[in-house]
Amino acid sequence: MILASAGNVVVWMVWIVAAFSCLGSGVAVISFSNPFFSALALIGNLASLAVMYLLLNAEFVAAAQVLVYAGAVVVMFLFVIAYVGPRRETPWSGGPSWQTAGAVAAAGALLVEIVVAVGMQANGSLHSDGKVGPAFGTPAWIGRVFLVDHLLAFEITSVVLLIAAVGGVVLGSHTRRATV
Amino acid sequence: MAGPDVAWYVAVAAALFGIGALGVLIRRNTLVVLLSLELMLNAGNLALIALSRHFHNGAGQIFALAVMAVAASEVCVGLGLVVALNRRELSLDVDTLSELKG
Repeated sequence: MILASAGNVVVWMVWIVAAFSCLGSGVAVISFSNPFFSALALIGNLASLAVMYLLLNAEFVAAAQVLVYAGAVVVMFLFVIAYVGPRRETPWSGGPSWQTAGAVAAAGALLVEIVVAVGMQANGSLHSDGKVGPAFGTPAWIGRVFLVDHLLAFEITSVVLLIAAVGGVVLGSHTRRATV
Repeated sequence: MAGPDVAWYVAVAAALFGIGALGVLIRRNTLVVLLSLELMLNAGNLALIALSRHFHNGAGQIFALAVMAVAASEVCVGLGLVVALNRRELSLDVDTLSELKG
């Protein structure tokens, strides 16, 4: 019992660190004036999200998060940021101040709307009972669910990725030279 | 799961979504807008995985993986657009990019 409560405290501490670093690096992403640092802050955000996925028994998704996002997406961002060169832009300046105030108000309203909608829908029922099978979230289980139950989604995902790759190549190719 | 309730995870996801939405609204650099979109997609992923754990249903994790693939596609096309804009020596400021006509 003492061991269980000690484990509980450890899980809480890990969760608090992950949640605060997630939100802090999220704020850092939108507040750095240099997009290079924003992309680096996104890595911290993704890593802390992966820790939370591990706490939620989603080991495979956590691994895929680190590989796909930190390994591929952020690297692509860093390449393009280095390619287009430094373009500094401070987040809170430029443009009329009513635009900034309106943006903050709109984002706040969106947050309140999410909280109210989720709270009304959940109605206090979002308590975890702590029981889940040992196979939940493992790669074998994910593979079975993905390739047996959700095979159509898997195939459509691959087609979407292929189309996006072709679109990226077409957009970035030299054949569409500037005419303006 | 010994630890925080699912409601805490959903609260973090909501806050992260709000941060991402604020980033999309206040930033003008196209690249940072794309990064903020990633934040919003990740907030959705966190909520999906937390609720998948809550309902003991694997569909949420599958959906999160599909969201990851869609996010990778979106980044691919978005960065392709950024490279195309940069090659035409257009501004990357979303306020001045007011027309799509090539």
